[in-house]
Amino acid sequence: MKGNEAIAEAAILAGCRHYFGYPITPQTEVAAYMAKRMPKIGGTFLQAESEVAAINMVIGVASTGKRCMTSSSSPGISLKCEGLSYLAGCDLPALVVNVERGGPGLGGIQPSQSDYFQATRGSGHGDFRMIVLAPASVQEMADLTVKGFDLAEKYRVTTMLLADGTMGQMMEPVSLEAPAVTEYDKSWAVTGTNCERKHNIINSLSLIPEELEQQNIERFERYAKIEENETMYEEFMMEDAEIAIVAFGVAARISKNAILAAREKGIKVGLIRPITLWPFPKAPIAKAAAQVKEFISVEMNMGQMIEDVKLAIGCSRPVSLVNRVGGMIPSPEQVLARIEEIAGGNGK
Amino acid sequence: MIVFDKPKSLTDAPLHYCPGCTHGIIHRLVAEAMDELGIEGQSIGVAPVGCAVMAYNYFACDMVQAAHGRAPAVATGLKRADPSKIIFTYQGDGDLASIGTAETVHAAARNENITIIFVNNAIYGMTGGQMAPTSLPGQVTQTSPYGRDTATQGFPIRMCEMLAQLDGASYLERVAVNNVKNVKNAKKAIKKAFQNQIEGKGFSLIEVVSTCPTNWGMTPEKALEWVDEKMIPYYPLGVYKDKYAEEAAK
Repeated sequence: MKGNEAIAEAAILAGCRHYFGYPITPQTEVAAYMAKRMPKIGGTFLQAESEVAAINMVIGVASTGKRCMTSSSSPGISLKCEGLSYLAGCDLPALVVNVERGGPGLGGIQPSQSDYFQATRGSGHGDFRMIVLAPASVQEMADLTVKGFDLAEKYRVTTMLLADGTMGQMMEPVSLEAPAVTEYDKSWAVTGTNCERKHNIINSLSLIPEELEQQNIERFERYAKIEENETMYEEFMMEDAEIAIVAFGVAARISKNAILAAREKGIKVGLIRPITLWPFPKAPIAKAAAQVKEFISVEMNMGQMIEDVKLAIGCSRPVSLVNRVGGMIPSPEQVLARIEEIAGGNGK
Repeated sequence: MIVFDKPKSLTDAPLHYCPGCTHGIIHRLVAEAMDELGIEGQSIGVAPVGCAVMAYNYFACDMVQAAHGRAPAVATGLKRADPSKIIFTYQGDGDLASIGTAETVHAAARNENITIIFVNNAIYGMTGGQMAPTSLPGQVTQTSPYGRDTATQGFPIRMCEMLAQLDGASYLERVAVNNVKNVKNAKKAIKKAFQNQIEGKGFSLIEVVSTCPTNWGMTPEKALEWVDEKMIPYYPLGVYKDKYAEEAAK
């Protein structure tokens, strides 16, 4: 199954019956899959007039407490940023998929990780965060889609599944099962008062500064809980590592190949793979700083996550960047060369 | 015996609108229509950005506040989530006919089964009186201080006429609220727009020619006259499309 299709089927299994999207490469398979499946299971597939409209349709469904999603690729996500900000301001749960391509501007259609900043920091105006999940296999595309819906509802936030064109197009076996869905309180949703309760209002406007400040503070208290409870990462060959690579998504897979090759040469190198980009796994990276001599950040951008790596370790160790951009993918050899440089420099 | 009372579809919150503004009348007409159809408990309204941004405090049904111009898209999501609910948007001219033109046109093209109340007062009221997509040629506003120059600032958009070209739109009518007769007609049209949705007839939009005495720089009374003298000649009242009446007549 293709990664993009795995997202779509996993969303359906997770109970999502409303999908809104707009055509853009390289995520089109998500929409195509939904267009085929949704009408057969009583769901809604709607090709919106724009990315902006699609995210606002998501806001409409999310306001009723139902699971819903949209998917797009980088330029389309920029257009959705208005809606992402409103989702945050209204404390609505939703799943948004970004199958990244190279940028800026129209950029290209080949894989990229250059929306890391946008996803983890700048996905719209105002103070807010999204949970950002970074799958590194087709199975994880499915699993994190399911997890994403749950986290969104648990904390009333947007979850962004941040994949890239490689992950979206990659074909791998995947096992799909309908998950047990946790029911969260939805007493805030607009479902009609039935003349039995005071009206519910989904709103992000707050003209009284003291009130708006308090809302922001409360939202960030929720974010603190997410950081405490939901940070996810994978460690690979870190037990005795003297060099640590930090990489996510397809860059992490490439890094694993380089690590295996380096290990054959007797170089002790390991990988910390953030699965949540926000919250960023600061603790395991900080812990590794006590053990390793150097960090390498492998990314498909000009060096974005590297800032979080440096922050996590308080710049206590050198951190270097191995990267390709514009739709180019770093090779295991390129990563291995950097590992060997560091190992050589350390007297090996 | 009480012969005139507040509709139960309105809350007790005091309206914030300027003296003489006709938003209050239009709110009341929408609420009366909801009362008479008994749909308050099943309705979800979408408030715009603009003067009516706080409509969520005034309508007693469930409410969502949308980003500028996006109300028809939010309403689409609400309706698709539960088609048994009655979904309406309440939008001004800047919201519906400028920044949200695409959302309006495509909701109509899809014949989305929603009701839109479009308040056209030919100006951006909330931000202090800038030129709107519906400002009249020559109209003086903060951003057309020498009068709207159609050579550089373009022409007003007549939304009902434009949307009437679409096969999707079901019911389009322009009304006004500047005198008793017009208010009565407006009420009838608004109620029909909700009734259509109940019957699954699809997209209904009622354009209400409204006033903005504050930003027009007129007394409320003069503003009502200006509607007759200037607005209605450019925006003629009437039914621009009634798909089901047309089909019945065939």
